[in-house]
Amino acid sequence: MASPVAHSAHHAPQGFIRKYVFSLDHKVIGIQYYFLALFSVLIGMSLSLLMRFHMVHPDAKVGWFGTLWPTAAQGGIMTPELYLSLMTMHGTIMVFFVLTTAPQSGFGNFFLPIQIGAEDMAFPVLNMLSFWTTLLALGVMVSAFFVQGGAPLAGWTAYPPLSAVPQAGPGEGLGQTLWIVSIAIFSGASLMGAINFIATLIDLRCKGMSLMRLPLTCWTWFVTAILGLLGFAVLLAAGVLLILDRTAGTSFFLPAGLMVSDQILNHKGGSPLLWQHLFWFFGHPEVYIAILPGMGVTSQLLSTFSRKPIFGYRAMVFAILSIGFLGFLVWGHHMFMSGMSPYSAMAFSVLTMAIGVPSAIKTFNWIGTLWGGRIRYTAAMMYALGFVSLFVTGGLSGIFLGQPALDLYFHDTYFVVGHFHMIMGVAAIFGMFAGTFYWFPKMFGRMMNETLGKIHFYLTFVGVYAIFTPMHYLGIAGNPRRYSDFTNFDFLGKLLPVHTFMTHAAYFTAAAQILFFFNLFWSMWKGKKAPMNPWDATTLEWTIPSPPPFDNFAGQHPVVNHGPYEYGVPGAPKDFIMQTDPADVHAE
Amino acid sequence: MLLAPIVWVLTVVICYYFAAQVWWFPPAISQHGLAYDAQFMRTLVITGIIFFLAQFALGWVIFRYRDNGTRAHYSHGNDKWETIWTSATAILFVGLVLMGTRIWVAVHLSEPDPNAVPIELMAKQFAFSFRYPGPDGKFGSTDLKLVNDAAGNPFGLDDNDAAGKDDIVSASLKVPAGKPIKLIMHSRDVIHNFFVRELRLKQDIVPGMEIPLYFQADTPGVYEIPCSELCGLGHFQMRSTMEVMSEADFEKWKVEQAANK
Repeated sequence: MASPVAHSAHHAPQGFIRKYVFSLDHKVIGIQYYFLALFSVLIGMSLSLLMRFHMVHPDAKVGWFGTLWPTAAQGGIMTPELYLSLMTMHGTIMVFFVLTTAPQSGFGNFFLPIQIGAEDMAFPVLNMLSFWTTLLALGVMVSAFFVQGGAPLAGWTAYPPLSAVPQAGPGEGLGQTLWIVSIAIFSGASLMGAINFIATLIDLRCKGMSLMRLPLTCWTWFVTAILGLLGFAVLLAAGVLLILDRTAGTSFFLPAGLMVSDQILNHKGGSPLLWQHLFWFFGHPEVYIAILPGMGVTSQLLSTFSRKPIFGYRAMVFAILSIGFLGFLVWGHHMFMSGMSPYSAMAFSVLTMAIGVPSAIKTFNWIGTLWGGRIRYTAAMMYALGFVSLFVTGGLSGIFLGQPALDLYFHDTYFVVGHFHMIMGVAAIFGMFAGTFYWFPKMFGRMMNETLGKIHFYLTFVGVYAIFTPMHYLGIAGNPRRYSDFTNFDFLGKLLPVHTFMTHAAYFTAAAQILFFFNLFWSMWKGKKAPMNPWDATTLEWTIPSPPPFDNFAGQHPVVNHGPYEYGVPGAPKDFIMQTDPADVHAE
Repeated sequence: MLLAPIVWVLTVVICYYFAAQVWWFPPAISQHGLAYDAQFMRTLVITGIIFFLAQFALGWVIFRYRDNGTRAHYSHGNDKWETIWTSATAILFVGLVLMGTRIWVAVHLSEPDPNAVPIELMAKQFAFSFRYPGPDGKFGSTDLKLVNDAAGNPFGLDDNDAAGKDDIVSASLKVPAGKPIKLIMHSRDVIHNFFVRELRLKQDIVPGMEIPLYFQADTPGVYEIPCSELCGLGHFQMRSTMEVMSEADFEKWKVEQAANK
């Protein structure tokens, strides 16, 4: 392993394979991660469309379903177990391979070293290894579709005994094993990435880049890496225990007295709740792994495009740190109805409300940043503004779910589905869209089409509200989640029109994504050439060519003299001061 | 700026559908349900106001502060405002959760009524079964080896145990109105969930655990029980009903069941 000092002497690699495939360059690895997430989001979105279709047409006969799934959709009719497989894979792929991958490993890999003035990540080989390990995990995950019994049906949370007993359902055989193996591999990859991010941020900041001059994006990537380091370690351990229960006859999660499919099982002494504790100890921080980088990007963009310093930089940093810390103390709010002690539910609920406070601080500060600004409505800025709106909407429904008393009704209803899709799904994805439009010029040296970007923004913004808001009403009406059809209950039949509406909204929103994909690939080859600093932004990535050379700063060592958000400075020659501008540019 | 009116319109539409209550709770059938609804409405009003103000403010800054070529007022923030909104949110959020605590305590932590009617619930893929102890007030012993769903013995009742001779097993839940109930919940395979919307109550049923749930239903009627924890391919059709009957009807039902055994 190259030490940070030694690798600063490395030379640009020659040849296609070392340059673009097994690259050690953090920028290439970042783009590789980005495309891995893009491929994954296509799978995840397709699965969700199939699910939405099945929920409103459970008996529909579709020829190619039968071709794709000869057993699970025999004759073209999707079975309930296939629906659950699609649901499990949708959740897993979206959470791990999209929400964890693009904002942190994609953008973070590309921009963290540049924003702190480093030539590369601290451990380039480890960086390459973590990407290829992630790709392997994706391969193993997708292969679960093609084995005997198909993909698992236990949901992305994989609660035992359902996930621990192969007889508990189709997909619970080899499919579930592959799922766990994939998650374990992914955890390993994430641990490597997390160590790399932490070491890079601590060790490789350039001269003058004190912690309080870090762009907020770097703060969020840093705290996300810490969450990943502590969270994925526990998930990895839990995965190993679950595999042992399935294959080695241990009983970590399996109690005595089980009878599955008329077969009495020979397990005793385990607890299904143990898995839930381990899983959510990872799973709740995971929510912040998905959303924190989006918060960072949003803060960065709101300041840049409203031409004002971020409101309350210090408060923002403390909010990020306290979200990171409290994020490890609230996992029990996923388990209010699980049968754990009702006393601990009360403790977890107070801590959950406490974590709402730094989230609210961020929202107030974003609005404070915009207030009195000179807002430039670029496509990137629109997504950042959309992020704020979605974050508020998705965050407030958490005030209901964080109360154990109200969770007595809302647990496992569509209210929960609406809540987490709004915040960790859609808001986080708006953070990715914002990041894409903002950084595309730097990553690919060309500009994306602004008009197309704005049209895509409006369609998607209205589309996601149309999909996910009605879920809250369904939750209030008591609609349970993870139901493949709604024909067996009187009260659910009455809610079908709402489901039909959401399904159509999903088709509409998915179709709108064609605009994004077209814009992305078209701009990559045909977009206008990007200047060095198209947004008049202040951070270090805008001081180097687009795209940046192999070692980012062409052998120079940047020196930072200013904070990251010096916009509209009175008396300064321009309305912004770059972080690397000489110290005397500052005029007070 | 087009985004501002879009944010406002979305906000108004969302608020309208919450206010119009088109898709809503069924009426509550217990004291707990009424307390629940009050706490829900408190939370809805408070979060609704925050939601409306935050989205309106967002729309306002989008509408008002377009770049006009001049420089923005240079400011890094305001500690006084920071302190005010931090404390205000903290008080509001923690206050809300503390107000709801009474409801949680009443369901899970208050002294159970010793005279509560005991009913046992056994969940399995994909059915609920209920057991009543019969006139002797005692549940007979059970054994997993004796389980026979086809023969109507999902609990594995032991015929040799005298206490079990008068036990009543039913596929649906019948409870007397206005009497405290103690539902003792078991699962024999995976995690299931007991949920009655009208009771505003939900509890996971976990294999290896015996979880009691105390409640009282006041309004006679038949209410659906949808399984609300993913339990496998038949999850969506795991259904039972709870019938709340007058005490006289309940006693009559038990006698009929005993006679049919």
